Amino acid sequence: MTDITKDTTATTAEGAKGLIRLSESAARALTTIGGVLTAAGAFLAWTWTSNFPGDLTYYGSPAGLQWLAFTAGLLTVLFSLAGYGVKGLRWLTPTGSTAPIVLSAFAGLAVTWFSLIAIAVELGGVANWVVGGILAGIFSIVPVIGALALPKPGPATQDTGIKATLAAYVAKPSSTKPLPQLPGWQQRGIIAIVIALGLYVFTYGIDTQGGELFSGFLFLAVFGLWALHSAGLLDRFSALTEAHKGYAVTLAFAAAAIFPFTQNNDHDANVGVNILIFGTVALGLNIVVGLTGLLDLGYVAFLGVGAYTAALFSGSAYSTITGFSLPFWAAALAGTAASLVFGVLIGAPTLRLRGDYLAIVTLGFGEIFRITVRNLDGSSGPDITNGPNGIADIPDLSIAGFNFGESHNIAGFTLGRFANYYLLMLIVTVIVVLVFNRASDSRIGRAWVAIREDETAATAMGINGFRVKLIAFALGASLAGLAGSVNAHVSSSVVPDPYVFAGPVAPNSAFLLAAVVLGGMGTVSGPLLGAALLYLIPEKLEFLKEYQLLAFGIALIILMRFRPEGVIANRRRQLEFHEDKDQDPTEPTAPAAPAATAGV
Amino acid sequence: MTTATETTTKPATPILQATGVIMRFGGLTAVRNVDLTVNSGEIVGLIGPNGAGKTTFFNCLTGLYVPTEGTVAYKGTVLPPKPHLVTNAGIARTFQNIRLFSNMTVLENVLVGRHTRTKEGLFAALVRGPRYHKAEAASRERAMELLEFIGLENKADHLARNLPYGEQRKLEIARALASEPGLLLLDEPTAGMNPQETRATEELVFAIRDQGIAVLVIEHDMRFIFNLCDRVAVLVQGEKLVEGDKETVQGDDRVIAAYLGTPFEGDPGTEEVAEVEAAEANSTTEDER
Repeated sequence: MTDITKDTTATTAEGAKGLIRLSESAARALTTIGGVLTAAGAFLAWTWTSNFPGDLTYYGSPAGLQWLAFTAGLLTVLFSLAGYGVKGLRWLTPTGSTAPIVLSAFAGLAVTWFSLIAIAVELGGVANWVVGGILAGIFSIVPVIGALALPKPGPATQDTGIKATLAAYVAKPSSTKPLPQLPGWQQRGIIAIVIALGLYVFTYGIDTQGGELFSGFLFLAVFGLWALHSAGLLDRFSALTEAHKGYAVTLAFAAAAIFPFTQNNDHDANVGVNILIFGTVALGLNIVVGLTGLLDLGYVAFLGVGAYTAALFSGSAYSTITGFSLPFWAAALAGTAASLVFGVLIGAPTLRLRGDYLAIVTLGFGEIFRITVRNLDGSSGPDITNGPNGIADIPDLSIAGFNFGESHNIAGFTLGRFANYYLLMLIVTVIVVLVFNRASDSRIGRAWVAIREDETAATAMGINGFRVKLIAFALGASLAGLAGSVNAHVSSSVVPDPYVFAGPVAPNSAFLLAAVVLGGMGTVSGPLLGAALLYLIPEKLEFLKEYQLLAFGIALIILMRFRPEGVIANRRRQLEFHEDKDQDPTEPTAPAAPAATAGV
Repeated sequence: MTTATETTTKPATPILQATGVIMRFGGLTAVRNVDLTVNSGEIVGLIGPNGAGKTTFFNCLTGLYVPTEGTVAYKGTVLPPKPHLVTNAGIARTFQNIRLFSNMTVLENVLVGRHTRTKEGLFAALVRGPRYHKAEAASRERAMELLEFIGLENKADHLARNLPYGEQRKLEIARALASEPGLLLLDEPTAGMNPQETRATEELVFAIRDQGIAVLVIEHDMRFIFNLCDRVAVLVQGEKLVEGDKETVQGDDRVIAAYLGTPFEGDPGTEEVAEVEAAEANSTTEDER
């Protein structure tokens, strides 16, 4: 309880008043009650007809969007109680409770009102709200009022504009309460629980039916994660995973391997395998763009090279190499090797260029690949790739008697075709993650980053810039080729058209690049998450139809405006935040440094 | 300073020999036919007014520029004008405007400096055999030693860009030393430093020389230069004007003219000087009267 008294004295000393004038105790009560009400509102009927997706017509039994509102309300309650200093909940808010309360209250508001607006728009009018819906709408406003009446956190500034005030409310405080060091098994337990939760949330997101539910899910996910971040919980969790790195990574992959067993619908497994493929390719691109800082706009060509090579050796009837097929491991190696060769061939002349010039030239090479493949059809060139028709009917893989095209029953779970490929692709992803991690944390990886930071200084430190860049280019290309060789079998046909610079369908250079930049350059999980988001959003928001690309562009602009480092910040950037914290202990050492040198 | 005794005890073998270096940018000749020798165990200064071509000359030495004419030899072998090969041969440098890898940690910056002295390629990094671990550990150890040498061992995990200015300069020196050079080129190492920091840098350069590394330093701070250097070369408008010890350079009229300008238009004659002096003497005597 000492914590709150400290809290209040600190804030009143600064004389910070809330945006809405209420006493602090009233504000805190309002947030708690409002959170309960928001959660309770989920148990009311929001509309009268089951025509709205999810059927929100029952009293006492929430469904779909209502569950999301319930979760948001629950979060608000938890953070409010933590704000009271309730024992056992204080760990929820290591950096202070105001920002998480505000954000989770906003999450409830956003989900509830998005649902109400969606009901009104889709069913044709506000008349489709029933009393329960209106009540839920009003309930969700209560915690927001309460939250904004809390004393404004941060230093009292002259700037009292609405924008600056709101920013102060949601800003993450830099000071962290020190928490007791937990025993190792508890730390591991927490990691396991969080990863299980993560798997649940991810599976829920993939399983959502209809754009309305997915949009609501996105609202809750964005505000909820933001609340957890500003509460300092995400930082705490990343510190835990840092301490138990191998354990956390193993668990994360175990969770990923469990995913197909949670799906009874092979379409969702298809979404999963595509996310893995594009995430893996984006990870390869991350070596080139994120680590070495070379803007490659034609990267998808290497995925194409791998896919075409695997398709040619697959024994497909449309392949120009007839009567001959390689086992998968050999085809995958061939795809990797072919991409490697192409990477070197394209890299050798282009990597002498820097910056914009390199981007334009790689863009050109990407297009050259697609057009060449299109024309190698026997009429305008030798018949290798079957022209625009591509190579169809690629047979399903069969490794050691396990046919990937059939459904298998494993321990009572049915794994469909895509689930099989998902598990195969997961192995490939593990390999690529391992390669990325080991390469980036080595002499060569440091040389890549050095070149990204300052090429002139890097060469002056003895780094052969051209050679090191070529290695990055070739490694990135071969990883894409490896993923491509699986991709050919998953989609069972390879045609030139998807390998464009930008397009509405997933594997294109702009998509991959956006996945890297949006997810977080130079990280492992960033591109995987970026690819998942970028693949899921168009997949789920089909109702946007021809506005998909427009919405995609707007979303990118918004994200780059507010979080330019990507969703997952680079380790080096995180380090920067850490330094803010331990600035005090390091300051006194600074004056001592010259004395130390003088002694040398 | 103890510099004179140092040089006399060791036989002076030339480390760096630049002969007839000319650098032209189109019609502009930035460096005209400069010869410069740096012997082992020596600290040589390179001074000159702004725009004299000192940094251009440095860039010619380190391969960042390909000199139009002339050769640069390190320990008797002529260097190819490629920066990474020059560093590999044993010449390391710092930059006038600090060029650290700002988003890497302090330790990583020094480790990058070890690049030429380690050989582990991509394959070794992926396989991670025992030899790789050994080499990596040795690199880290050496890097930490260097950080201790410059007094930054407590900040190994900080981002380079978050260091204060003086420490960034020091880190640049540590990064250069990591390549185990025989010759260190310092381009204005004390620019923007306060007197204490300048003195600390002086001590640091002496410590580096004591490790058997020859140093060639560009600097505008004359006190720093004349405290430090065994020999000073003066570069004016791309040409080497004078080279020699402290007294030779400080007493040279051309150097004074280059820095301060000539006192009168044309060449001031001794008569004029005498006239002025006489006039001054007159005025003072009048005042006394």
